[in-house]
Amino acid sequence: MINYIIRRLLYVLPVLLGVNILTFVLFFVVNTPDDMARMQLGDKYVSQAAVDNWKQQRGYDLPLLWNEQAKGLQQIQQTIFFKKSIGLFVFDLGISDNGRDIVADISQRMWPSLAIAIPSLIIGVLVNITFALLLIFYRGSYLEFIGVFTCVALMSISGLFYIIAGQYFVGKLLALTPISGYAPGLDAFKFIVLPVFIGVIGGLGSGVRWYRSLFLEEASKDYVRTARAKGLSELQVLFKHVLKNAMIPILTGIVVILPLLFMGSLITESFFGIPGLGSYTIDAIASQDFAIVRSMVFLGSFLYIIGLLLTDISYTLVDPRVRLN
Amino acid sequence: MWKLGVLILIYLLVSACTDGHLNNPYVQSDQSQAIIYTSFSERPKHLDPAKSYSSNEYAIIGQVYESLFQYHYLKKPYQLEPLLASDMPTLQYFNAKGEALTGKVDAKDIAFSDYTITVRQEVRFQPHPSFNKSLHKVLPSDWDQRSLYDLPLATRLLTVDDFIYQIKRLADPASQSPIAGLMANHIVGFETFAQQQAELLSDQPQLSKVQRLQSVPLLGIKKLNDHQFNIRIKGKYPQFINWLAMPFFAPMPWEADAFYANPRLVKKNITLDWFPVGTGAFYLHENDPNRRMVLVKNPNFHPDYYPSEADEGLRERGLLVDAGQRLPLSDKVIFSLEKETIPYWSKFLQGYYDASGISSDSFDQAVSFSSDGEFGLTDNMLQRKIALQTAVTTSSYYLGFNMLDNVVGGNTERARKLRQAISIAVDYEEYISIFLNGRGVAAQGIIPPGIFGHLSGKEGLNPVVYQWDKGPVRRSLDEAKQLLVEAGYPNGLDQKSGQPLVLYFDTMDSGPDSKARLNWLRKQFSKIDIQLVVRGTDYNRFQEKMRNGHAQMFMWGWNADYPDPENFLFLLYGKNAKALHAGENAANYQNAQFDSLFETMSSMDNTPQRQQIINQMIGIAQQDAPWLWGFHPKAFSLHHHWYKNAYPNLMANNKTKYIKVDAKQRAQYQKKWNKPVVWPLLVIALLILVLLVPAYLIYRRLEQAKAYD
Repeated sequence: MINYIIRRLLYVLPVLLGVNILTFVLFFVVNTPDDMARMQLGDKYVSQAAVDNWKQQRGYDLPLLWNEQAKGLQQIQQTIFFKKSIGLFVFDLGISDNGRDIVADISQRMWPSLAIAIPSLIIGVLVNITFALLLIFYRGSYLEFIGVFTCVALMSISGLFYIIAGQYFVGKLLALTPISGYAPGLDAFKFIVLPVFIGVIGGLGSGVRWYRSLFLEEASKDYVRTARAKGLSELQVLFKHVLKNAMIPILTGIVVILPLLFMGSLITESFFGIPGLGSYTIDAIASQDFAIVRSMVFLGSFLYIIGLLLTDISYTLVDPRVRLN
Repeated sequence: MWKLGVLILIYLLVSACTDGHLNNPYVQSDQSQAIIYTSFSERPKHLDPAKSYSSNEYAIIGQVYESLFQYHYLKKPYQLEPLLASDMPTLQYFNAKGEALTGKVDAKDIAFSDYTITVRQEVRFQPHPSFNKSLHKVLPSDWDQRSLYDLPLATRLLTVDDFIYQIKRLADPASQSPIAGLMANHIVGFETFAQQQAELLSDQPQLSKVQRLQSVPLLGIKKLNDHQFNIRIKGKYPQFINWLAMPFFAPMPWEADAFYANPRLVKKNITLDWFPVGTGAFYLHENDPNRRMVLVKNPNFHPDYYPSEADEGLRERGLLVDAGQRLPLSDKVIFSLEKETIPYWSKFLQGYYDASGISSDSFDQAVSFSSDGEFGLTDNMLQRKIALQTAVTTSSYYLGFNMLDNVVGGNTERARKLRQAISIAVDYEEYISIFLNGRGVAAQGIIPPGIFGHLSGKEGLNPVVYQWDKGPVRRSLDEAKQLLVEAGYPNGLDQKSGQPLVLYFDTMDSGPDSKARLNWLRKQFSKIDIQLVVRGTDYNRFQEKMRNGHAQMFMWGWNADYPDPENFLFLLYGKNAKALHAGENAANYQNAQFDSLFETMSSMDNTPQRQQIINQMIGIAQQDAPWLWGFHPKAFSLHHHWYKNAYPNLMANNKTKYIKVDAKQRAQYQKKWNKPVVWPLLVIALLILVLLVPAYLIYRRLEQAKAYD
């Protein structure tokens, strides 16, 4: 398994290089260094000298990918691409074009994102699985019909509606939680109750239907009939046998997103005033801050690959037949 | 799951037993302190006074840094008064030989102007670790890096050197001050100093910023003694004093730069650009721009008092109740990040924000119009004792013609009449009514109300677009069509080619939100049979088109830097043409007579002669119609009755020190408006229980069912 993990980690390098090149090309097709400078310097009284000065101080006065005026290896090294990319591979994310340390920013903003994302994921998965198994339990009855109908109805409503309605009813009319805001430490509890609750409710429809379809497939298998024949109760059959055997697709959906949880959610964080990472990349794109964009895309790709690797490893834990050789 | 339920129940019970409200977004509500609760919608880019140039940044640094002068809080037209200066500056003119000019001086003879400024004594900076010189190199190892104010604090007296140091920072290429280019045109020696600094930056990178800036003098700035210094500018530029009232010229202690150069601080994003050091009424105690920023009363703040004089009628409005009171009137200001307008508005109604603007979403909830078109607050707002304040902003939003364009531009009679016809057809009163909920004033010319040179009523009427009939009445479409005929486009067809007249509007607004506005604009042009093609583009390409003069028509806006007509009329000055001289004249308008009058007007004091010249200039511009003059937005703001002394002074950046809040009254209303309602939760719990009964019955049936009957 160690060999497998090492091999997979080595695959990461060319993938990340490709992602980095693609990000670089896409970004600079839309924005020139002059555009970036003007965006940072503002609209009023900006002279070309100020633009040139900005570029020179941040290293954007170099050629993009190939330096004709340099010689030898310098032709690659003395370029914006090389200067801005090489540090990424040792996780030196550098300084944003706005002059802030990117690692410090991420390490400060990731915790509020996690404070929302982790409970939302854990509670969401538990609730979804429980409801899905109950739907299986009551299959064929009018309770299942009501449940599936409710799921479809919940799926059909926009996530934004849940947020606005939740803030209106819970925060405004019932005055039970703050409408928005955040505080660090244990004080965070009262601020995350509502977003977590809304996150769970918002994902309930699609989650329950997804798990239900997984469990339905399992419930028709022979070992389930055998379990019933042994005289196990229906709840034991579902929660012990069916659930255990449906773990592989469940893990596929969950483990892959685990490393990305800290990246936050744009809309939830925006509406609830959570100081997380949700808007970090979008804000950087809007302000043409290439340093942040490349760092976040790089980090996102890396973590996604790590997520896939963790998923593979987790298969071995839930299914002894799986070998990573 | 049940554990979470228990946790929530404990939270509800514990919170219900305390005095606080469950939905209180502040962890510690302190009724003993006068705290102002307000918000910000996006994190400021810069808090360094050399770089900051946005209103959201000024909301913070305007309270922390002080300039030499400030605008009188309660007087309009806006009036400058000393702040960190002990008096208004003395001004001396010199000719090119360096000889002092006395008596009545012709502006043409003036080669230099010397501003001699005397600085107030006994002013101290806020407490800050940077004044502990021992911390410049080494920070205590046990410092947890949470707050700067956990470090040993110190202060020192303000000196003229701090002003000189800041002016050098403005010139320093490393600061990238947005006004560096502009100031290079005015302050003697500014450009040379900038070049010297650029050379030092590349030749001697080992020099610290402080060493570098202090190693070379700036020729136009002279320290006369410990309390006086002199700024020499080129020629005569009366508006310079307005720049001295802006945070750009706030004093900066050199110790701040030395302290923040510590790599340990830089690594943690603790920089001068984020943690200011000033002499203002407040200091920035906490700065988490993703969550909140907290200003705390500066214990070293110099004696400063609430004004005792005000414009007529303000005493009756209760704005002089605190006359003569020592400032600031509040202890703390908490700015919370609120990106979305819906939660922001709800929290204002709950009493958790003291004041609020009015977004389009909540406009109908807040403002109602009577049958005669007068606006007022809705009953709900009146019941909550919320007050409304309105003010026409010192801004202009206009639709410009590119005067370099072959069709709409140029100085020919044909093009002028075409522009005039369009000016009549595009109905800005309708635009304001539809898209701004009436929050704007259709512009008659370039200068907004509240600024010298603006004339209201019949005197200020734009005769090209309006006629006077007890008020401005837009000319008829027939007149517009007649102008179009005279321009050679009868029925919107080019007389020469017979082809329909197609014009192009370049805009960055191409998303679904802008669709209605763009359709409206198309409709306005179609009223006189002109086809309008909207060319949507992104920000970068739009700016590029504007810089190169490739746009035909565009929408643009301008916010006053200072309350002088020069700051608006220069937008039409030929030497400021954007495509030709990289200036702010986006329409690339050029008129020799206008330019000559501008040159005379710009160096004049606000006299009747100046007004006359301005009238002439506006008349020329109205006839040439390089812009559809657009509108001046009207700012509507609401505040609760416990929030006192609010006054819409649009030029003052340091208004917070005048604001007083009655914390006890606020707490009472917050309690009244935020009583938790728990019964719906009990109903939901009951419903779940009811649902469980049939579920249990089915469960029993399934468990007891036989496999085969």
